[in-house]
Amino acid sequence: MLGAAVITFREVIEAGLIVGIVLAASHGVVGRGRVVSAGIALGVLGAALLAAFADQLNAAFVGSGQELFQAAILLAAVVMLAWHNIWMASHGRAMAREMRALGTDVSEGRRPVRMLGMVVGIAVLREGSEVVLFLYGIAAAGGVSGLGILGGGVIGLAGGVLVAALMYRGLLAIPAGRLFAVTGWLITLLAAGMASQAVVFLQQGGYAAILAEPLWDTRWLLAEDSILGRLAHTLVGYTDQPDGLQLLAYGATILAITMLARTVRASHQRAQARLAAESRFG
Amino acid sequence: MSKTLLSFRELPRGLQSAALLSVCLAAFAAFAAWAEDPPGVELRIENHRFTPAEIVVPAHQPVVIHIKNLDATAEEFDSSALKVEKVIAGHGEGSVHLRPLAPGRYPFKGEYHEATAQGVVVAK
Repeated sequence: MLGAAVITFREVIEAGLIVGIVLAASHGVVGRGRVVSAGIALGVLGAALLAAFADQLNAAFVGSGQELFQAAILLAAVVMLAWHNIWMASHGRAMAREMRALGTDVSEGRRPVRMLGMVVGIAVLREGSEVVLFLYGIAAAGGVSGLGILGGGVIGLAGGVLVAALMYRGLLAIPAGRLFAVTGWLITLLAAGMASQAVVFLQQGGYAAILAEPLWDTRWLLAEDSILGRLAHTLVGYTDQPDGLQLLAYGATILAITMLARTVRASHQRAQARLAAESRFG
Repeated sequence: MSKTLLSFRELPRGLQSAALLSVCLAAFAAFAAWAEDPPGVELRIENHRFTPAEIVVPAHQPVVIHIKNLDATAEEFDSSALKVEKVIAGHGEGSVHLRPLAPGRYPFKGEYHEATAQGVVVAK
């Protein structure tokens, strides 16, 4: 039972951190609880389906299809996180909140939250499928009682929920004026870490056999395998032996998101200034 | 500002990010396609143990490990030293490409049955 709890917890904390960040980033948006819950529910459903059809999928994906799938959903999450930040930059946070509070342009205002909801779904899908396969394996082996497995899984899950709650509460302690800037950066780093992780999967599958030599080794400082290391891995994309392609993907993602957000914000401000000038002199 | 630059920016934001990422990926995929198939090593999972438990590979060269799971339930081939993680379904198989390794010992394990599923890759 302890084994089930520990392994479940290790997988779930990653998704828990992402849920916490998403909840803080969408703080104040009407209906975001429903969107995030839907994301979690769909992720769980997807995980169960993935695990149930693992045999058939494996046959279809003989060799290295699994890596392609993992990289693809990670990159989809990167795009959605990027989209969220760029949307926030173009519409302005204050205006976005106004829109949502007034209920005007509801679908337009809900889009960034739906993006975050899908990112939550992807994270839950990825971690959940491993948990389901693991728990099923123990159940099939029959060494531990069914109740023991279920109990262990629930304890591990509860730990993950705790991590999400701590992350959320911790972020909300930040003064309101700074909260969106901080969550914006957290989302950018989340995306960069996922891009780096996607590269690892592509290399594992033999799809990107370039720049694959590790450039340094910081296991003495923080081992990626430790609990703290896993937290750092999810939050900022920390890895103890990065290779060139990973660093490239990481940097490119940060650059792309910040540059696009700035460009979009600048053109939005120019458009607003034009409108103001026209209304004054028109 | 040129007309082309404006029209890219007029694209939906999600599409812009996707376009940028796709271009980068395509470039790397093109490079990767030139890489040859690395030498392969066979690894079996049987009764939640790895056979062979010790794999010797040449250092600084890419290697592929072809894993066959003879057990009825899935196993996750996991190694933080090798930066590899892959689920192999029961009675299934899969391959993992290793990065070029500096000489040393790189432990791996079956995450779902850690007590018995242990092994090491030795790069010489």
